[in-house]
Amino acid sequence: MLAPVLELVAIRKVYGDTVAVGDVSFALGRGEFLTLLGPSGSGKTTTLMMVAGLVAPSAGTMLLDGKPLDPLPPYKRNIGLVFQSYALFPHMTVAQNIAFPLEMRGMDRREIQRRTGRALDLVGLPGYETRYPDQLSGGQQQRIALARAIVFEPRLLLMDEPLGALDKKLREQMQIEIMRLHKQLDISVIYVTHDQDEALVMSDRIAVFNSGRIEQLGAPEELYERPASRFVADFLGESNFFPGIAKVVGGEHCEIEHGKDRLRGRSRGLAAGQAAVLAVRPERIRLAPPGSPALASENFVSGRVRNIVYLGKSRKYIVQIDDGVEIAVFEQARGDRIPTVGVGDAVTLIWPVDDSTVLSA
Amino acid sequence: MKKPRALTPWRALRLAVCGLVAAMMLAPLAIVLTLSFSAAPFLTFPPPGFSLQWYAKFFADPVWMATLRTSVMVMIPSSLCASALGTAAAIALSRVRFRGASLLIGLLMAPLVVPVIITAAAIFGAFRVWGLYGTVTGLILAHTVLTIPFVLSTTLASLRMVDRTLESAALTLGATPWRSFWRVIFPLILPGVLSGLLFALVISFDELTVSLFISTPTVRPITVQMWSDVRGSVDPTITAIATSLFLFTLVVMLAETLVSRRARGRRPPLAALGF
Ligand SMILES: Nc1ncnc2c1ncn2[C@@H]1O[C@H](COP(=O)(O)OP(=O)(O)O)[C@@H](O)[C@H]1O
Ligand SMILES: [Mg+2]
Repeated sequence: MLAPVLELVAIRKVYGDTVAVGDVSFALGRGEFLTLLGPSGSGKTTTLMMVAGLVAPSAGTMLLDGKPLDPLPPYKRNIGLVFQSYALFPHMTVAQNIAFPLEMRGMDRREIQRRTGRALDLVGLPGYETRYPDQLSGGQQQRIALARAIVFEPRLLLMDEPLGALDKKLREQMQIEIMRLHKQLDISVIYVTHDQDEALVMSDRIAVFNSGRIEQLGAPEELYERPASRFVADFLGESNFFPGIAKVVGGEHCEIEHGKDRLRGRSRGLAAGQAAVLAVRPERIRLAPPGSPALASENFVSGRVRNIVYLGKSRKYIVQIDDGVEIAVFEQARGDRIPTVGVGDAVTLIWPVDDSTVLSA
Repeated sequence: MKKPRALTPWRALRLAVCGLVAAMMLAPLAIVLTLSFSAAPFLTFPPPGFSLQWYAKFFADPVWMATLRTSVMVMIPSSLCASALGTAAAIALSRVRFRGASLLIGLLMAPLVVPVIITAAAIFGAFRVWGLYGTVTGLILAHTVLTIPFVLSTTLASLRMVDRTLESAALTLGATPWRSFWRVIFPLILPGVLSGLLFALVISFDELTVSLFISTPTVRPITVQMWSDVRGSVDPTITAIATSLFLFTLVVMLAETLVSRRARGRRPPLAALGF
């Protein structure tokens, strides 16, 4: 990676007894799109506000282009911020809103006009100059907020759940537009969301937040395929968990004892005898007739189908395995194939060892 | 099809009570207004004819003019001071959470609750000691204290309507706290501040009790002059003055209504004043 644009070193924010953010560290690469993903209350907004300078960290250091950020007040940081509530100035027209940061920088009238027009073109709302914010739809307000945050060519663009208030269709459309803008402007972005699909679609890297800490930071695929903790496996996508005890540890793999079954998966740094869970994605499991043979590189357990849910593009089977744990299995539904497995049937579940991850419980 | 509502006894009674109350409130006003245009040389009702003689007398009389000047010289600075101080206090109280904030609000609002005669006596006592008794400065200070509650409450109300993230947004866009206040917060609370200012103007111009205590024959607002005049002779000029005061109040209050109605719309509040 090139020299990072932004670096957070052990940033912490404490409110009374609550640790809102505890020792968060990460580096943001030039032109990178980093998403902070986590449930509500996990410290995403607080982290973003500390970068913007609106909240003072209790401890830690922040560096922008290698220079300490902490002594700079928010109005000298040159960091664009898009608020969840848009925060457009209601008494100013669209053009006045977008011109505001340029005016604060003492730019001359003609240059302001040129840049305002260009920003409106970029967000696809040319000709909206004289409207007031309350004459715009939610999606349009969002675009204006975005235009206002990028028009002054900030070093960094921060977005706090910018699409949270939009409906699904519009949200997906805006996701694509934001990704296009990111490419076009070659700007570094920190994006906050609690929507895992949004994070997977948009990000170069994702930092998964849990109670004020980063659980795991990595590329979407890495997080999805190799979750580092049960929390990540559960929060990002859907996972099945087989609890057990780590038995054989060594190399890349680990074997756990789950009831009478022995299951294997990829793992790092587990000790034998430790309580563990094996996580596997529902779409990696295959349903087979009872007693079907499995390869040496596969795990298998037997169970009984409890429920079948038709989801349109797939079917979800809820299978209760012998010790009572319920396991979800996705199978792509194809029009020409009538499901041969029905509720109440005994089945064997088979999946590759390499698609399983053993995590500490 | 909407049927005309039947005049039930209950509804008739309600109408009668409302009508009576309105008549009680408006009758004295109507009488004074009518008398001020009387052609008679003394107070008599109904007036025998129309004339502007009492207005002419009012505007020609040096005593009335001097007291009117005093009233204006007190009203304008005191309502400006009250607006500045009330707005500043409202902003501080709306954002800083500290012990005693509600006590402070209570103190600032006290002139509304405490009987005016008590406030007046207290101000009288203090001003005698501080050498402010019988001075224009004293009157300005007293009226400022009396009108701050109006500015404070109207401004606090409009501050509650302003989204706090707007200020944060302004800061991240490069505005210093000073500029973000003047460019973002102030325009949004301006209707509240203006309402408060207009109330302050009227309250100060109308004020009698406190002014009675701290004014002297040389420094005397018009209300005090009217009060002492009425107790002596009954000069019909007083009706012309009362009507003038009433018209001033009416105009200011109409302006206030206009400002707060426009503020509820979406246009910039300044447009309400024709800017
Ligand atoms: N100003 C504040 N005062 C006290 N607690 C706060 C404040 N801001 C945030 N918190 C707490 O810090 C935690 C993290 O909040 P936040 O950063 O808003 O989470 P997120 O954006 O991930 O939903 C929450 O528990 C929240 O209650
Ligand atoms: Mg948040």
